Amino acid sequence: MRTDIKVPEKYLPIIDQEACIRCKRCIKSCSYGALEFKDDKVRVKDGCVSCLRCVIDCPTSAITVVERPSSYAPHAVFSPEIRRSIMAQANSGGVLLSSCGANAEYMDIFNDILLDAAQVTNPSIDPLREPVETKTYLGRRPGKVVVDDDGRIDLDASETPIVVMDMPIMIGHISLGSISYNAQAALFRAASELNILAGTGEGGLHNDFYCHSKNLCAEVASGRFGVTSHYLKEVSCVDIKIGQGAKPGHGGHLPGEKVQKLISETRMIPLGTDALSPYPHHDIYSIEDLQQLISVLKESTEYSVPVGVKIAAVHNVGAIASGIVRAGADFLTIDGLRGGTGSAPRVIRDHAGMPIEIAVSAVDQRLQEEGLRDKVTLCASGSIRTAADMIKCIALGADVVGVCTSAMIAMGCTVCQQCHRGACSWGIATQVPELAARLDTEVAAQRVINMFHAWNEELKEIMGAMGIDSVESLVGNRDRLRYIGPNPRIAEILDVKHSGEGWG
Amino acid sequence: MSDDNSTVVIDAGERDRLGHPLDYRELNRRIRKTLSEGQERIVLMNVMGQRYIASATGGTRMRIEIHGTPGNDLGAFLNGGTLEVFGNAQDVTANTMNGGRIVVHGNSGDITGLAARGGTLLVKGNSGYRVGIHIKEFEGVGPSLVIGGFVNDYVGEYMAGGTIFVMGLGCTSSPVGLNVGAGMHGGRILVRGGLDEHQLGPGACLAELDEKDAAVVEGLMSQYEAAFAATIDRSVPVLKVMPLDSRPFRGHYDSTTI
Ligand code: SF4
Ligand code: SF4
Repeated sequence: MRTDIKVPEKYLPIIDQEACIRCKRCIKSCSYGALEFKDDKVRVKDGCVSCLRCVIDCPTSAITVVERPSSYAPHAVFSPEIRRSIMAQANSGGVLLSSCGANAEYMDIFNDILLDAAQVTNPSIDPLREPVETKTYLGRRPGKVVVDDDGRIDLDASETPIVVMDMPIMIGHISLGSISYNAQAALFRAASELNILAGTGEGGLHNDFYCHSKNLCAEVASGRFGVTSHYLKEVSCVDIKIGQGAKPGHGGHLPGEKVQKLISETRMIPLGTDALSPYPHHDIYSIEDLQQLISVLKESTEYSVPVGVKIAAVHNVGAIASGIVRAGADFLTIDGLRGGTGSAPRVIRDHAGMPIEIAVSAVDQRLQEEGLRDKVTLCASGSIRTAADMIKCIALGADVVGVCTSAMIAMGCTVCQQCHRGACSWGIATQVPELAARLDTEVAAQRVINMFHAWNEELKEIMGAMGIDSVESLVGNRDRLRYIGPNPRIAEILDVKHSGEGWG
Repeated sequence: MSDDNSTVVIDAGERDRLGHPLDYRELNRRIRKTLSEGQERIVLMNVMGQRYIASATGGTRMRIEIHGTPGNDLGAFLNGGTLEVFGNAQDVTANTMNGGRIVVHGNSGDITGLAARGGTLLVKGNSGYRVGIHIKEFEGVGPSLVIGGFVNDYVGEYMAGGTIFVMGLGCTSSPVGLNVGAGMHGGRILVRGGLDEHQLGPGACLAELDEKDAAVVEGLMSQYEAAFAATIDRSVPVLKVMPLDSRPFRGHYDSTTI
């Protein structure tokens, strides 16, 4: 039973009444109902989430959103967030829900790692004038080369299917349902134009998007939404989702309000029902069981596409990864605890799992020790925010990085962490037609293309500066990283030297 | 067994030079090759646990007879046609079945019918744990899973649509285990011959059959009788397990901005 004491409002939109021309645009912009027009003035009500839609839409820049100054009395232990969450739970008795990735600064290790560059003894390369290769291959490595009669390497002779991408980047799995049709259309179009991969998420594939199938990776999750043999054969690779970094061990839950016509058709479920993905795959309780799902997917696609497995970074990730490779996965994705989500319990989002920096390094080392690393493609995701994170993540052992939140930010997302409410004012994480229509697919796609293009150029710049001419030579190249953070034990676990330590 | 001239017989018990029966990859390759040549009637003899048989197949006229014991994942992603097993089937039979018909003249294992969204499965005997987990329906079309004998715990868990019918033939006590329909939010589980409140899982409730249900029961019984040359006593009562709500998580979460 609810017993409400109001949780204080968090944000305050301030309207500069002098500058305001009373166009009322902000009132329409706000999908959270936080503004109203009364007595010839724009007035503030409750509910602002600081999404900044009104701020950006206002033609006279008359709006500023600030954190409410009337905040709780400072306390070093009971932070305002902790006090607010207790208040909210005492009101509702509910599990606190949030979205986007973990919200805790101490988990960031990328910021504690510095890159190397070439000086004197190894020449750097100017990537604008010399070739620096960023082509990336996803799939099981055949382990041998076949040479034709003319002495050329015969690329078609490989017995295992391989996907070729122009950048070591995959747009992560974001389902239709968690985001709008327009948002998914933009991401898929960007992936096609960049010739990289995009994940479909677990909601199946809308008929309109089959034109992008050669750049799509289909996700098979425990709910099997929209998964048919036709779909599996059309896409370029198939990913079994065991877990997600933002909510390891948790299932999926798309609330019934979001299961509208479009979603119901694509997921192949009735309108308006909750779309639930069971917490585990109930056909998988062991590595042997996982091997069966991998095998049945390979049989069902007649061995025409690589089949991978995605897991959340949990404490025993190295051993699990080893089992997954032995079970026949062609690629393996590790999703770190800062990874994004359209909806997750805060308690899991912020407290369960392992940062991707540690997880990718642990998996890379474990697979090397066991002689398995050469066999698979290792993808890593979970808050790869910038090209710098991508480069560090690759040097820690990833072949490919998965990116979601940054691609959403490129489309307009302000990381307001309200995705789970389905009222995204930017038309991204919503199924409300009027809101979804706010996102211009062409513009959004172009912005995502621009961002990844820039990242790839930055990758080349860094590789050039390091004197490396192919991204494959950067993979797991920890010698080019140094640790500068507060905890040298982390450096040891990453197998990265401390800043100040040389080569010898 | 059909002795139609156009029937292709594949001997799954054929030994390789090490004495092993045909590998599942080779068996499935032969099945696919036969189907692609337009031969839609296949008889598999001496099947010895080969997995994934006939996955992702399914022309409407396809008919595959399986003699022996098929391995796990029989008929996964099946789209149409008929698979008929003269023996027992193993775990995950009809995994994510989309359409078609699977008839098992014996028992089937755990998680039979996992995540199916169409088609019909008839099992003459019993089945294991978590039968019909997360089966669902779309635009009024859903799968029907019929188990002649009993099933173990968690039948119809997370069920989002379709029909599971447990007939309890030959059973002297309730033919379903515990946690029936746990987390179900669509569809119906029909149980012939006894089911107590305490056997229900969270989110499920008991109900009397309505007219539509009764028609479904009769239809599935007749299909069973035809498939297995059986006669079912119509006087034993059938109960229905259905979801309390199509939104089981309503009220469980709190979206306050923290
Ligand atoms: S549009 Fe966004 S920032 Fe502006 S008032 Fe509404 S919630 Fe706050
Ligand atoms: S997608 Fe929309 S709701 Fe989600 S964080 Fe971004 S702006 Fe907010």
